[in-house]
Amino acid sequence: MKFNVHRPLLGALLMGAALAGCSNEGGKTEQTAKAAPVPPAFELASSPPRHRLMSAEQYQNTISHIFGSDIAANAQFAPLQRTEGLLALGASTAGVPFGEMQKLQRAAALVAAQVVDDGNLDLGVPSHRDSLIPCKPADAALPDPACAKTFLGMTGRLLYRHPLPEARLTQMVDEAGKSATQLKDFYAGLASVIEGMLISPEVLMIHDRTEPDPERPGRRRLDGYSYAARLSFFLWNAAPDDRVLRAAESGELSTAKGRERIVDMMLASPRLEEGVRGFFDDMMAFDTFNNLAKDASAYPAETGAALTAAREQTLRTIYDHLIVKKGDYRDLFTTRSTFMSPELGPIYRVPTPKGWVKYDFPADSPRVGILTHVSFLASHAHPGRSSATRRGKALRELLLCQPVPLPPPNVDFSALNDPTSPFKTARDRVSFHLQNPVCAGCHKITDPMGLALENFDGAGQFRATEMGTAIDPSGALDGKSFKDVAGLADSVRNHPALPSCLVRRVLSYGTGSPVEREDRPLVDYLTGHFAEKGYRYTDLLREIVLSPAFYDVTERAPEQKSASAAN
Amino acid sequence: MNLNRRRVLKGMMGGSAVTVGVPLLNLFLNGNGNALADGAPMPVRFGTWVWGLGMNDAIFTPKKIGRDFDLPEEIAALKPVQKHINLFTRFNTFKDGAPLMCHHTGWVILRSGIAPTPAVTRPGETIDVTVAKKIGNATRYSILSATATGDVRDSYSYESQNSVNAPEYSPIRMYQNLFGAEFQDPNAAEFKPNPKAMVRKSVLSGVLDEAKTLQREVGAEDKARLDQYFTSLRDLEKQFDLQLTKPLPLAACKAGAANRDEPSAGLDAVRVGERHGLMTKLMVMAIACDQARVFNMGYAGETAATTKPGYEKPHHTATHEEPTDPKLGYQVEVSWFTRRAMENWAEFVKAFAEQKEGDGTLLDNCLVYAMSDISYAKIHSLDNIPMFTAGTAGGKVKTGYHIQGAGEPGTRLGYTLMKVMGLDIGSWGTLSNTTSKEFGEILV
Repeated sequence: MKFNVHRPLLGALLMGAALAGCSNEGGKTEQTAKAAPVPPAFELASSPPRHRLMSAEQYQNTISHIFGSDIAANAQFAPLQRTEGLLALGASTAGVPFGEMQKLQRAAALVAAQVVDDGNLDLGVPSHRDSLIPCKPADAALPDPACAKTFLGMTGRLLYRHPLPEARLTQMVDEAGKSATQLKDFYAGLASVIEGMLISPEVLMIHDRTEPDPERPGRRRLDGYSYAARLSFFLWNAAPDDRVLRAAESGELSTAKGRERIVDMMLASPRLEEGVRGFFDDMMAFDTFNNLAKDASAYPAETGAALTAAREQTLRTIYDHLIVKKGDYRDLFTTRSTFMSPELGPIYRVPTPKGWVKYDFPADSPRVGILTHVSFLASHAHPGRSSATRRGKALRELLLCQPVPLPPPNVDFSALNDPTSPFKTARDRVSFHLQNPVCAGCHKITDPMGLALENFDGAGQFRATEMGTAIDPSGALDGKSFKDVAGLADSVRNHPALPSCLVRRVLSYGTGSPVEREDRPLVDYLTGHFAEKGYRYTDLLREIVLSPAFYDVTERAPEQKSASAAN
Repeated sequence: MNLNRRRVLKGMMGGSAVTVGVPLLNLFLNGNGNALADGAPMPVRFGTWVWGLGMNDAIFTPKKIGRDFDLPEEIAALKPVQKHINLFTRFNTFKDGAPLMCHHTGWVILRSGIAPTPAVTRPGETIDVTVAKKIGNATRYSILSATATGDVRDSYSYESQNSVNAPEYSPIRMYQNLFGAEFQDPNAAEFKPNPKAMVRKSVLSGVLDEAKTLQREVGAEDKARLDQYFTSLRDLEKQFDLQLTKPLPLAACKAGAANRDEPSAGLDAVRVGERHGLMTKLMVMAIACDQARVFNMGYAGETAATTKPGYEKPHHTATHEEPTDPKLGYQVEVSWFTRRAMENWAEFVKAFAEQKEGDGTLLDNCLVYAMSDISYAKIHSLDNIPMFTAGTAGGKVKTGYHIQGAGEPGTRLGYTLMKVMGLDIGSWGTLSNTTSKEFGEILV
């Protein structure tokens, strides 16, 4: 994940306190299009209230925004269970056992210590307390309730995502005072309370709190702070900032006009990049890269650094295409524009200068679209060889939302590896699978499109032959035949399930709930609008976060659902 | 002299490090070196060890049953530790009406007694957690888990289906977490209680109130999660108490220097073995230093993807694709992987057996349960998943036996071990995996 270096929110608040309430960032209220009639699928939509555990990235981003990007959070969060294609949905059911709580407490102590540290002038380490704490105690060895209240009130509001109740703030100030007395250090007293905040379920869990919806009697909606949090963790992958919280405080987020203004401001913010990267990292299952390694004897160029760069390349490409260029989502699968780094140069066989540079693959290159990036090709392959099946399965499940059944338990492919076997290429081996009716059912779903990527080995490097035999990259996807990878790219780009799958994923990622049968009309409606707007990603985000499905909430009866498939 | 926590705290209040007196009578071993001076027995610790993709019956299962069993070629590496282990073969796991989830069903049953279903794929509570609830409350870690795969997702420890205990996955991080700044050396001449522990505990009370309020706000499903959160905070509170208490001196505890360089990422058997070796050493020392009394080590993740340098197929892929050698009658490369796993299991046992504790070894005071996820991986067989135990649990368990069943539930072993660890349970498991029958053959 990428974390931007920026000024901490607390520091900004201190410097810009006089401007509070004056921000008109975004400022698009006047430009809002005339409201069109909305169909029942949109008007009646809602989502269930959730209590989601913050992810490691959201924690890191939030700490970074509030205290500054030089504060190392370094939190170890237990991995979430991928559910309905997304790790984010696992956050709605994840618990915090004691072992995990210990890790969170250690992270909290680390953060709190940095926030109040005094720096070291000799070593050039800045004093965080000077920039983050807006007042100085009369005596640094004693409590100072007034200063503690100012700092803890500001910090608590940002971490808790709402102003602290007066009684709770008073309790915290008292605790800070007691700690300062015991430790003979005002700042250590503050740190102890910050530590406590950072392990509070009010901070680490994102709670959807509701209120009656006055515009739709009989229905409930998220209260302003909960809507602010849902918006921010969705769009920015971090807690809301001062501006969004102020909109919640003032009631602005309770009006359609106010919501539009804030959403437009958030969509225009540089923080959108963290949100976009967070979503696509999850949707593309890039968590695989956290432990991905290739057989060094087979692929010596595919180092750990190269794999890290491969993940980054695709995320950069996605952000550039969807947000910077405001491109058509479907064109991600045919674009030849990307970014290149020295770590990737040897794999793509492209000379590269230092750092990341924009790069366009030539028109006759087999590299077309993000499916031909090393990230997709290497993460859906074996350590020492390619896999048409894994690539086809990933395409189906990740990008088209079409689950592929588990293999039968008694699968036996040993005939493929008989030393006298005539099977030289993946196509030969896949053809063998298709002779077995038990295997053919699923392999017909996955392999024909995976074979079109066989010109790329298990590391994602181009190859024309396998074991001396020319590779035939022809294939088919749901009735569309093609002769090479460019044909696959076109077929994926024009597949009707591609945009609707994105809509499903974005909607469930944002609300924290899987898309269920009753949501289908809404998904159809949103997909239609997505198409009308030219498949622009920010338009889709805007449509979703301003829809009743995002801010109206209704409890749903629990469903028996299958979680992510075990192999 | 009764030096309770409050008296210890009194000595450290004000934030200055002080030397704190300790209750001598409780600290030293008795004259025989086999119990604490006040007669309390040495604590018995419980561990688990998991390897992937089972075995090849023809070259794994000994012909001889009982003591002095033969060691076929796939388990020949166990020779140095044979006297410390028991091997269990021909016991089954039953999925009953649930579909076979390949490399998942077997270990879930052996660690929780319950077959997973498509709706509830994860185990409810694994055996290590059940045992830790009984014996894991007095130490810094209730459970210490590690994986040699380097992947934090490879866990076999669950508090509930939604709460996974993530393992340590990096030897360096494991060292830092165990023996870094927060480690209190029990043999240090001077005890310096961390003055921050007291204020942390005090601040925690407000956080606990917040958790309590939230518990009242949420629905039933989320309430269980908030209940667990609240319990975890309570346990943290106890941890702060522990940090204020002088730990008992432990002669065996000698935390060494930090690890050398971290093995690079990857799953080739050499790197996995390096990681396993480093983490095993840390785990042994952590147990000797009484940082935890329940521990888990995973040699491989579910669907073991260990690789062999120069061989293109990972272990799992090889089980399905490698032809059986017509002369030898087994898959040669697959067996290569299993042999590496058995070498590492032997090293794990040996490391505990070589660690002195009192007049015996650390292994004497441990009970380790090892299992795989499957029997014959080529067909994902749940019948005859091999299992081991190691250690005598303070003299309660006999070792050196090969116990062979005839298709009875493999859950019998987990049930037996929990009984040995002092759990008062009448039976364990559900449906066909239910058992209330101990392995009397290994009990002293």
